[in-house]
Amino acid sequence: MAEIQIKGIAKSFGAFKALHSIDLTIADQEFMVLLGASGCGKTTLLRIIAGLETPTQGEVWIGGRRVDRLPPRERGIAMVFQNYAVFPHLTVLENIAFGLRMKKLPQPEIDRRVTRTAELMHIEQLLARYSGQLSGGQRQRVAVARALAMEPDVILMDEPLSNLDALLRLEMRAELKGVLAGSKTTTIYVTHDQVEAMSLADRISVMNAGRIVQAASPVEIYRNPAARFVGSFIGNPPMNFLPATRTPDGRWSVAGITLGGPAAASGKLEFAIRPEDLTVAAGGFDAVARVVEPLGAHTLVTTEIDGALFRAVLDSDVRINPGDRLSLVPKPDRIRWFDPETSLAA
Amino acid sequence: MNTRALPYLLLLPATLFLLVFFVYPFVQVAVQAFVGPAGFTTDNVQTMVKNFRFWPSVRNTVLLAAIVVPLQLVMALVMASIVANLKSARNTILYIFTIPLGLSDLAAGIIWLAIFEQSGFLNSMLVSLGVVDKPILFLSYQNSWVIFVAVLLAELWRATAIVMVILVAGMGLIPKEYYEAAEVFGAGPWKRFLKVTLPMLKPSLQTALILRTIAAFEVFSVVQALGGTTLPVLVGQTYDWQFNQQQTGVAAAMALVILAISIACTVFFLRVLRTPKGATL
Repeated sequence: MAEIQIKGIAKSFGAFKALHSIDLTIADQEFMVLLGASGCGKTTLLRIIAGLETPTQGEVWIGGRRVDRLPPRERGIAMVFQNYAVFPHLTVLENIAFGLRMKKLPQPEIDRRVTRTAELMHIEQLLARYSGQLSGGQRQRVAVARALAMEPDVILMDEPLSNLDALLRLEMRAELKGVLAGSKTTTIYVTHDQVEAMSLADRISVMNAGRIVQAASPVEIYRNPAARFVGSFIGNPPMNFLPATRTPDGRWSVAGITLGGPAAASGKLEFAIRPEDLTVAAGGFDAVARVVEPLGAHTLVTTEIDGALFRAVLDSDVRINPGDRLSLVPKPDRIRWFDPETSLAA
Repeated sequence: MNTRALPYLLLLPATLFLLVFFVYPFVQVAVQAFVGPAGFTTDNVQTMVKNFRFWPSVRNTVLLAAIVVPLQLVMALVMASIVANLKSARNTILYIFTIPLGLSDLAAGIIWLAIFEQSGFLNSMLVSLGVVDKPILFLSYQNSWVIFVAVLLAELWRATAIVMVILVAGMGLIPKEYYEAAEVFGAGPWKRFLKVTLPMLKPSLQTALILRTIAAFEVFSVVQALGGTTLPVLVGQTYDWQFNQQQTGVAAAMALVILAISIACTVFFLRVLRTPKGATL
């Protein structure tokens, strides 16, 4: 059982505040992804949980034990590093056995675990090799096997797939998901790749500028962004935004059409809609198509509404040419509203 | 330009340099050692070996190297670890450690002579502290082991820093991620040193050991300053044969002995500290 609790963790590097008082609870056996652009603090948070970085403030609890003063080796964690950190002077076998030898486990137990994890990661034929003789993908497998062999309470992964080529990344992603689900450990996975985050996570914590903006399931994050940042960061293409002003009858006027919305205190809101939640029909936004990109299943149309960029993902049998005027109607149940003052969902 | 010939053409200057300034003198020395007026001869070798100072000089030199090099290695590892882990003042400490490197070895010998002499620092100190009544003659032929210890100290003081500099550079090349991985997977500071630093430092250790060992077998000026011929060493004997005895052939034979030892050491370290294929960074 290893629930992770992060309580008020803050970290400053000199005058720069990398993390502003982070609170987060990760359930036992949960797969939590920390997602954010580079420099948002996600790796710093992971390294604080690992014990490779000391927090300026706050506490880290793993499995009901406060660990923020303990060295990494006493925290019951294993880690997969971005550059793998597979020891070049040891064979694959010795790399996987490294942590087990440090724990002074009996040799039969070491053999059992090395064999099991090597089979799990499909590297049993590579055990005698050195890392210099392995491809990037194989090194990645060794790094994961080394972590799994520890049978840890928590596995921490720092952008483990970022150095692999696209095809391999796809393959490893699916495999990691299966392997980690089977291992019943709590996983914290850092990435800047939202597709990776969506496909792997039980829950995603979207981070921005040293804060967790939203921590929720992938679908929730996608459908109900808690802040404008989440909507603009998640989704490819991201959400569309348009300014909205309140009409005298309490409805909202958005780019020439009037929509029902929340009863906000201020007279201004921001209307938001995902590009795929638009249909071409009468009575919608008056948009001028600028770029048309057929993507097979869908066609991505970049339009202009009142001088602002506005994207729509339309069915690919819709015939649109650049310069065409079209009327885009948002699906009413998919419309989201943000307060421009706080950037939070209204 | 013929691309097949280009690499050889580019190697030509260096090859010529080596031929003219290394291979040719080496052949000359070999000729001097083994060719007498009547053709091939082992007279020079026999004269060399029969000399009463030959075996002591071999013993002293080997013993010195055998003690100095391991001690220097350990000290340099400690010093390099300290320097590599410093967060501030790293360069200052590094400069202080490397001051002795700036001195010629003869000057270093003279400094240590000034310490151990009858009227030297050590004696003045002992007398003024009342430890002894009158100055002691440390560096006499009667207790040549004191000379040996003095040479040992001087060598440690003088040449440990070069090993350290090589090791500091080598440690700088080890990516931090390996230490972090070792830390996460259960290695404490000592285990990290044993399991990450030492094995990954192997190429630097190899270089440092080869350089230092060869230099240790060529110890001369320090011994000359502190003990003259009281403590015979190989290079000292070579000098003696060449310039005092005027026997170039015997001196050449001595030089070959030193060369053989140096080559043997180099081969030894190359083999022992070999990195398996694919096990490099």
